Amino acid sequence: MNAILPWAIDFALLCFSLAMICAVLRLLRGPTAQDRVLALDTLYVNGMLTVLVLGIRLGSPVYFDIALLIAMFGFVGSAAMSKFLLRGEVIEP
Amino acid sequence: MNGMEVPLWAALPAALLLVCGALLSLIGSLGLLRLDEFYARIHAPTMGNTLGAGCVLLASILVSSALAQRPVFHEVLITVFILLTSPVTAILLMRAAIFRTPK
Amino acid sequence: MKRKPLLPLLPVALLAMWLLLNDSFSAGQVVLGLLLVALVIFAAASLRPVPAWPRRLHRAIGLIGNVTLDIIRSNLAVGSIILGTSRRQPKIGFMKIPLDMRDPHGLAMLTIIVTATPGTVWSGHDVESNVLTLHVLDLQDEAVWVRTIKQRYERPLMEIFE
Repeated sequence: MNAILPWAIDFALLCFSLAMICAVLRLLRGPTAQDRVLALDTLYVNGMLTVLVLGIRLGSPVYFDIALLIAMFGFVGSAAMSKFLLRGEVIEP
Repeated sequence: MNGMEVPLWAALPAALLLVCGALLSLIGSLGLLRLDEFYARIHAPTMGNTLGAGCVLLASILVSSALAQRPVFHEVLITVFILLTSPVTAILLMRAAIFRTPK
Repeated sequence: MKRKPLLPLLPVALLAMWLLLNDSFSAGQVVLGLLLVALVIFAAASLRPVPAWPRRLHRAIGLIGNVTLDIIRSNLAVGSIILGTSRRQPKIGFMKIPLDMRDPHGLAMLTIIVTATPGTVWSGHDVESNVLTLHVLDLQDEAVWVRTIKQRYERPLMEIFE
């Protein structure tokens, strides 16, 4: 009767897995360094959304905190790597 | 799976939002593979980062509010955080690309 | 600057963040949040000396609506380009837009709005001439983009922040 939500969750998990595979392919292939950083950025956003969808499926509020932490650390990592590409060092004197 | 307890008024829009958000993220990541130049590729993941994430987070709010029988809004924090931070990464990457491309 | 400031942005946003993070609106959490706000304000005073004073917040509602609409619309446009349903090749390129706004908070908001919309990325801003460089995925008509940026985004932001 009420099987539409589990179906949608499975579909979303499949889509996010495919999206992460696309990002990993670009990460391995990417001709330039900025391509790889962009792929890593996409990878962490997709991973965060996967964790959130898993949280909907299992009905547990713990996944919210994990997703928030992935978002924060992912942003710090991508920003540091882009900054490194831009300047050659992360913390400037 | 405890999707049985989610009432239909929340399950239907949440399922729709989940499918939309997942498709948007998939298309955005597919753009990373299909477009053939970095300056074109940088536009693709923005789709998943804005509307894709927004749809999934809205679905999460709907389901957790329905399960807890009261409004639960803390997923808004992640939305705002992603909306504020993904442009920063994009701008830094854009400037790095301009800096590193030989003229 | 003779108009009364409406509300300070940083304390309100911090308190809202604390209450949302704890997912409760009880009195104890409000007191703890106020304590945190006071500490952060004290620490941030030397870090960010220019506070933001947004005014005429009713303009922000229309702006948020416009931005949401534009994000949805350009998501569909970028998606059709990626999937290749529109047969022509997208014309990728940079364009320059002269701005009138000088306020740093307004410029920061404009940056986020422009970059969060798929298809456009802010790629540079010259402080002296106040010219914005924009990278656009599908550059068909420059005049349309200039009109969109200036009328839909810059005008309300100037009214809110200046």
